[in-house]
Amino acid sequence: MTEPVPLIELRNVTRRFGSVTALRDMSFAAHAGEVHCLLGDNGAGKSTLIKTLSGVHTPSEGQMYVDGKPVTFASPRQALDAGIATVFQDLSMIPLMSITRNFFLGREPVKGWGIAKRFDMKAADAIVYEELARIGINVRDPQQAVGTLSGGERQCVAIARAVYHGARVLILDEPTSALGVHQASIVLRYVAQARQRGLAVIFITHNIHHAYPIGDVFTMLNRGRSLGTFRRSEITEKEVLDMMAGGREIRELQQELERFTKPGSGAEAAAS
Amino acid sequence: MTIVTDALNAAHPPEPKPASRRFVRLMRRPELGAITGTIIVFVAFGVTAGNSGLFSMAGIANFLQVSAQLGILAAAVALLMIGGEFDLSLGSMIGFASVTIGLCVTQFGLSIPVSVAIAFVIAIIVGALNGILVVRTRLPSFIVTLAGLFILRGLTLAVTRTITGRTQIPYITDGQEGSFVVWLFGGKFGGPVFAWLASHGVIAARPDGSPMVQGLSMSILWWVLVTAFATWLLVKTRFGNWVFAVGGDDRAARNVGVPVDRVKILLFIGTALSATLFAVIQVLEAGSADTLRGTQKEFQAIIAAVIGGCLLTGGYGSAIGAMFGALIFGTVEMGIFYTGIDTDWFQVFLGSMLLIAVLVNNYVRRKATEAR
Repeated sequence: MTEPVPLIELRNVTRRFGSVTALRDMSFAAHAGEVHCLLGDNGAGKSTLIKTLSGVHTPSEGQMYVDGKPVTFASPRQALDAGIATVFQDLSMIPLMSITRNFFLGREPVKGWGIAKRFDMKAADAIVYEELARIGINVRDPQQAVGTLSGGERQCVAIARAVYHGARVLILDEPTSALGVHQASIVLRYVAQARQRGLAVIFITHNIHHAYPIGDVFTMLNRGRSLGTFRRSEITEKEVLDMMAGGREIRELQQELERFTKPGSGAEAAAS
Repeated sequence: MTIVTDALNAAHPPEPKPASRRFVRLMRRPELGAITGTIIVFVAFGVTAGNSGLFSMAGIANFLQVSAQLGILAAAVALLMIGGEFDLSLGSMIGFASVTIGLCVTQFGLSIPVSVAIAFVIAIIVGALNGILVVRTRLPSFIVTLAGLFILRGLTLAVTRTITGRTQIPYITDGQEGSFVVWLFGGKFGGPVFAWLASHGVIAARPDGSPMVQGLSMSILWWVLVTAFATWLLVKTRFGNWVFAVGGDDRAARNVGVPVDRVKILLFIGTALSATLFAVIQVLEAGSADTLRGTQKEFQAIIAAVIGGCLLTGGYGSAIGAMFGALIFGTVEMGIFYTGIDTDWFQVFLGSMLLIAVLVNNYVRRKATEAR
């Protein structure tokens, strides 16, 4: 099977902050129509990787490619213009503002000329209504405040906003970590839908239970290095968990906790 | 994906009818509290001061004029507060602009239109300075403009006393009473309508048949204009969307590409311009300038904006609300005077109103963002 050209690719990228190396010799590629999960514990270099992809940081060494062409982004705005949209954990949404106002914030459609130039709210409302209905969120009123939406719906609106404004690569930073099971499933369904529409999705998480069902490709990070990239057919959920920094520690913790928990069995355990 | 859509549709009630949606939208308006408050105030004074002359033509012209002057400030302050900042230098800016005009006319021999233009240019500079200081230092605007309050007032006093030896500048409009600019800011409008009403006995007339009230102060027209402009800006334009965003969460706004600093600086220029408009109106109405003009107006404008539904934390509010806030303010101030209650009570009322307004706003905000 010949690999198609990835939408976005890093080759041997290193990023240093002073004497600290946050990312070391990292190679990474995301393809259209695939969900690429980035897994790793806190401090593994996930956020440095996201910020490099989204144009916040430039690589100290190595090169980034978009559509196979080398690029260097000077600002997040440039990455955005190249179709690389990042939905950060805080979502960049303002709870007191309406869904429509948030959806078009910074990119408001206008009509009219000169002094009469104004925000075309009616058209904007219609677009928001349609876009959200498409992902199964039936808002009562696009003019209701974003704060009235549930966490999962809010996440979906943020993703829908990125997709609508022309994202080809969608970087999702811990989109499910603050959500309950039901809310997380709403988001995961939408991620699947974005994949179906041909977007490259980069899904950052430390929760393997959210990542494994949806991911096509997994890259594990530990202390700024890649532990390898695997297709789903090549690796089991348990192997992924083991490879993440927490894997062995969690097993040790489990064994330790088993020794503590059972009130009656404590003495027997000690005796044996 | 149809399965997903169906499942989610089942979890949500079907779309409500447009009428009930309109009602929900109405209930979410930030100015609803201020409009309710205005009705209460009018009913209350209608009962207690119905025959005192508050609601005679002269009384109405009076409280509208008081409300209008404050309302001009409140509209700009509402925008700034929605943008998440305060301008405590507003009152001092009024004094500063007043003596600027006074000195230009009486000391430097400039014409009134030129002096007014100079005052507006200085306002843009002062507003921009306030804004730049706030966005560059990242200090709370409360502190930065508190410094401005003292610096501007001190400058006003010191410069005026150094040049003229006094703290008041009289005779500014002498010989110019009929000029267009004096009329535009300090004159009256609606004269023919009032004359017609008086000649038909609808409103009180003097023995010679001319009306007791010759017209309404131009400040009322300015009030309506400034409020309409602020509302249009806020609700209908991209800039308005940015104002809400900047006040709601400036980091999020910056992330999606809103020019946060520029928006804030422009809002500070707006309040300085409104203070100058206020000063121009007062100077050209009275024909004199006083270094103490505008004292405490910064707080009164904030109170009017808060009564009008603006949150102290930014991101929410309306200019129309501020208009009603100013109307409540002016009506009560004049109403207490007309009913013969000791005017000291006005301040007690004001403080209580502010407290009630803040509590109501907090409740409304919670309701507006409550997850359903």
